[in-house]
Amino acid sequence: MRRALVVLLAVGFGGLGTLALASAPRAATTTTAATATTTPSTARGRSMFVASCASCHGQDARGVRGRGPSLVGVGALAADFELRTGRMPLAAPHQEPMRHHPAFSGARIADLVAYIGSLGGPPVPVVSGGSVRRGHERFADSCAGCHQIVGRGGIATGAVAPALQDATPVQVAEAVRLGPYLMPRFGPRQLTDGDVADLAAYVTYTRHLQNPGGWAIGNLGPVPEGLVCWGIAMVLLLGAARSLGERAR
Amino acid sequence: MSTQVPAEREEPVGDTPAVRFVDERLGAAKVTRGALRYVFPDHWFFLLGELALYAFVMLIVTGVFLALFFSPSTATTTYHGGYQPLDGVEVSHAYASTMRLSFDVPMGLLIRQTHHWAALLFLAGIIVHVIRVMFTAAFRKPRELTHLLGVLLLGLGLVEGFAGYSLPDDLLSGMGLAIAYGVVLSIPLVGGQLGTLLWGGSFPTAGAFESRLFIAHVFLLPAAMAALIGAHLALVARHHHTQFRGPGRTERNVVGTPMWPGYALRSLAWMCATFAVLLLLGGLVQINPIWQWGPYEPWLGSNGAQPDWYLGWLIGALRLMPPIEPRFWGHTWAGNPFFGGVLLPTAVFGLLAAWPWVDRRLWTRDRLDHHLLSLLRDEPGRVGATAAFAAFVATIFLAGSADRLFVAAGVPYEAQVWVLRAAVFVVPAVVGGLAARAARRQGDVRR
Repeated sequence: MRRALVVLLAVGFGGLGTLALASAPRAATTTTAATATTTPSTARGRSMFVASCASCHGQDARGVRGRGPSLVGVGALAADFELRTGRMPLAAPHQEPMRHHPAFSGARIADLVAYIGSLGGPPVPVVSGGSVRRGHERFADSCAGCHQIVGRGGIATGAVAPALQDATPVQVAEAVRLGPYLMPRFGPRQLTDGDVADLAAYVTYTRHLQNPGGWAIGNLGPVPEGLVCWGIAMVLLLGAARSLGERAR
Repeated sequence: MSTQVPAEREEPVGDTPAVRFVDERLGAAKVTRGALRYVFPDHWFFLLGELALYAFVMLIVTGVFLALFFSPSTATTTYHGGYQPLDGVEVSHAYASTMRLSFDVPMGLLIRQTHHWAALLFLAGIIVHVIRVMFTAAFRKPRELTHLLGVLLLGLGLVEGFAGYSLPDDLLSGMGLAIAYGVVLSIPLVGGQLGTLLWGGSFPTAGAFESRLFIAHVFLLPAAMAALIGAHLALVARHHHTQFRGPGRTERNVVGTPMWPGYALRSLAWMCATFAVLLLLGGLVQINPIWQWGPYEPWLGSNGAQPDWYLGWLIGALRLMPPIEPRFWGHTWAGNPFFGGVLLPTAVFGLLAAWPWVDRRLWTRDRLDHHLLSLLRDEPGRVGATAAFAAFVATIFLAGSADRLFVAAGVPYEAQVWVLRAAVFVVPAVVGGLAARAARRQGDVRR
């Protein structure tokens, strides 16, 4: 009975894997066209994986109890997100994954993504179009509670919701569908692909906000405003008062 | 029946026909002569209150301009205007008109930003003025009423600032009002009724509250504050300024510069400096970009939402207060926000108002008039207590931005809360002790 289940699962994953193979490399190249000189190779990706990822995720990517989850079925989407944002590899399991400079070159990542994609799961999403106005509304609805309304990051219970100005549109879409670390996963019933494209457009817009008022002091609102009031305006004015009035008693 | 008493008519004065004309009709010469000869002490500490005064003048001037363009209505409209990313969004008239002020009205953004900076600086000016008054014991007899009016002004200033912050109906203002409503509801026994009374229903109410907020912000509170400022200044003039001890300075005189020709020019320069800093900030440093926050809807919220700095201590108190809600006989008698949002400010303002009498019992210990200011070394106990009081409020204030400190520097939030909960008691004791010791040392050196 158990053996039959394993065989069934293997066949199922195999089938999914083949499907993913067909789509993953194409998707991966769309994001790495600038850096990749050779086509991504599942074989190279696998040997990279064994060298750099297997200690936590297992030789066959099925995970290691207490160290790292199985990557079978997470898809090229997850691998692309975790590797290109430098979240993986972690220095130690159970760390909070944070955005870093990627540990591998673009071509190496493409190989790894191709390998993980070959194990099944969703491909790297393709994001195009999107409206900043609708994105603002969606972002206020679903994202600002943690990421702050212009994506400057914030506090979540037990984690940092990162600032989003470094995220590419594809990474925004990946994070929405993946729900990395404590972030909730948003399926197509919560946010359609069109909504995700709007969100990506809005997040990209927050890199260069319109600041007609002058120095934006971080686009964070009242905390830096209070610092300017006391640290600049009040200091200047106390200096002025000292020079206007008498100093000695 | 009544005894008839002849009143003397003043002889009009004036060398030119114009001056004679005025004095014959207003009899202004006597008052004006008194005002022009009024003597101000020269030390720069005595300029701090004037900073708040000039910021208030700027608030009135810019506020009148803003009120001409702002429409206090939460009825919805479709936004069209200078800010493309929100073009076509359903927003309230309050939000849309603030957007119009920011993008389409000539000079509107400059005036709006200057107004907001002036509000921040008005309250900062009051705080530095209060600190000066507290440490030099300028509140002593006969100036207790001047002090009380000042404390009342500070309290009204906080409410007025919060009302202004809440008017534009953007994401931050809506979140602020939601918190304020929660705090009102938490008041024992009457909270629910009080909330309904103030808001005209339960938050978020359609329409009623915005116009109440508007009339409070542009008429009732500014009128009350202007009257209080007038009374505060009248009392200052009535008792004359205090002064520091020095050669020729006694409890019966004031040594300094007369209003005319000396002090008026100095004060004018100080006004220009204040206006210059405010207009420079208004033109160069962005404040409250409501186009980035977007319009408020009751189900929306943003991480990192904060009040303006002067209410930071109340947000800090809400965060630091342990989750206690007294419950007996099957009722919750006070919501948790009551402690940080109502009890703490009541206690702080109560103590501030009672301070002249506390001081008289503990340190001054006489019923005499005091026109010469106390120096730090004179009364180390007072210095320590004042420093401890300030440190107490400042520590709670720090907790208000704990979330941004966590995001910016990675200091764990829960650890900050626990450390600050202890610090609320430890820091005032340490700071007060050190301040008292430093004052005593200074006194020893002088002797």
